[in-house]
Amino acid sequence: MEALRQRARELLEAGSVQVIIGYANGSNGRRRPLFARRPEQLDQLILEDNPPLNLAVYLRKPEIKRLGKAGVVATPSILKSILQLAAENQYRDSEALFLALDPTGAVVELSTADAIAKYLGSNGQAVTESESCAEIASLDRDGRFAFWQQEFERCIRCYACRASCPMCYCEQCIADSNQPQWVPVAPHSLGNLEWHVSRAMHLAGRCVGCGACTEACPAGIPLRLMNQFLADLVAKEFSQKAGAGVKLDYPLSVFNVKDREDFIK
Amino acid sequence: MTMIDRKLLKKESIQPLLNALRESGRRIIAPQRSGSAPGTWCRDLGPGDEVDLEQRTTVSPKSAFLPMVEEILRYRNEGKRIVMEGSRVQAQPTVVFGSRPCDTRALHALDAVFLHVPGDLFFRERRAATTVVTFSCESADPDCFCTSVSGGPRDAEGSDLLLTRVADDRFLVEVCTEKGKQVVELAPHLFEPAGDVDTEAFVATVPVRFSPVEVRKRLQDLFNDEEFWREQSLACLGCSTCAFVCPNCSCFDIQDEADLKGGSRLRCWDSCGQKLFTLHASGHNPRSVQSQRWRQRIMHKFSYLPEKEGMVGCVGCGRCSRACPADMNLLERLTAIAEARI
Repeated sequence: MEALRQRARELLEAGSVQVIIGYANGSNGRRRPLFARRPEQLDQLILEDNPPLNLAVYLRKPEIKRLGKAGVVATPSILKSILQLAAENQYRDSEALFLALDPTGAVVELSTADAIAKYLGSNGQAVTESESCAEIASLDRDGRFAFWQQEFERCIRCYACRASCPMCYCEQCIADSNQPQWVPVAPHSLGNLEWHVSRAMHLAGRCVGCGACTEACPAGIPLRLMNQFLADLVAKEFSQKAGAGVKLDYPLSVFNVKDREDFIK
Repeated sequence: MTMIDRKLLKKESIQPLLNALRESGRRIIAPQRSGSAPGTWCRDLGPGDEVDLEQRTTVSPKSAFLPMVEEILRYRNEGKRIVMEGSRVQAQPTVVFGSRPCDTRALHALDAVFLHVPGDLFFRERRAATTVVTFSCESADPDCFCTSVSGGPRDAEGSDLLLTRVADDRFLVEVCTEKGKQVVELAPHLFEPAGDVDTEAFVATVPVRFSPVEVRKRLQDLFNDEEFWREQSLACLGCSTCAFVCPNCSCFDIQDEADLKGGSRLRCWDSCGQKLFTLHASGHNPRSVQSQRWRQRIMHKFSYLPEKEGMVGCVGCGRCSRACPADMNLLERLTAIAEARI
């Protein structure tokens, strides 16, 4: 940790980056993002293995961009997100600098997708063990529907799930379109169901499983179960995992003659 | 208007009181647990449902007065004619049971907006038909700051009945209004006369943290300080969580849902934190960055509402601080404003 803080300080002092984004202790036991622009602000920096928020989300925010080049204290989730963003042409090499630790505790600096892929490959720290979907998957169709109906009933359509998701980078979201209205915007049961199903489908094979949406949800809806289910399905059907490589042919938009078709009925 | 009459109610009489309310044909909205979620939620209380009065609801009970979504008109197409089917105001007698003093006080800010002459038909009817039974807070957490904004854990403002836990598993019932009296009269046998009772033992202590007068004064000079607002809101993700859990926020959006046969016009909660909130049809957005949206949130609650309505648009319930995914603690930011050197 001290090595990391030291390196971050050097980077700021040398002007290699203008802001270090990491985690700090927040209010009343919570964690919060830290945007250190002066070396002394790095005193607040903490290492957080299971952060509630995926810092990759800030790299697209205009106010953060205008601070200059960012150095991000990166967890495996953040790096996977960046890799997936790179595969989707949303991250250009050297746009930011990522600081991580290798198994010996030495600081590793990563700025290209290749370097990130290599790091993730050799430092195979598992991203937080994802919750199992098995329990819900074992229910019958009506049971699953009833489960999600009850969960979505609490949705207040605050879009914290969208706002906290590094993969939700659309300039205009499907849910923000009035003409035509693709998804009902009102937080009634149909609207909520359509919103969450649409979002899950948009994330199928793209979600890296960081869990930020679930953490952000004020209504405690276990959104990651849905995303995980689809991720597992895409992995099974297309042998693809989000955030696993520099190049990714997004399975839902790429045709391959070898694709199985037996599931189309 | 204050007509405080004091009674005692045994803890085990809560359920019989709820039964009496239901039998009188009233709809009951009360905090309940839901699915896998932590926290409690204000929901219609069915006969077998269990009330959970132990904690503040995650989302404020304001939806009892301003639903997340409500139909304000409906129409159908008949050939080239559009036939208006008008609006249906649902104003079944309702009891909000288990509100907290902060949430109940927040009704003043909703009243200021929706009862402003000529008044919003839907809100007015619903408000008139609703009785608010508030429970004093026995505990507070560090996000609570009701006492900084004129409230308090045993504040009766806006309540029809205020229940405060006292010794011997009883509640002191303060009957504040005629509506409250009607509730007591539904089951008078459940209530005992109250003598001198000590209410202090079970009431939370909430220290005063800042002065809203000071905040308002500073805000007038801070408005154009872009750097200040940028610093305050760097972490803001631009979701609507703070506004939607808030008991005071009253902004709404109108949405039409229609097909070839007809449609309905819906009023839905909206939030100034969203980019779309001020986006013009031309593409211009007068609040183009998040810092301006955050400034609006603070200005509205702590400058505009005090100026226009003589009240702060915040009751210090702390929900926004608890729910914010980026830990944008409101109390911390207000304290920073109050202490800002300009």
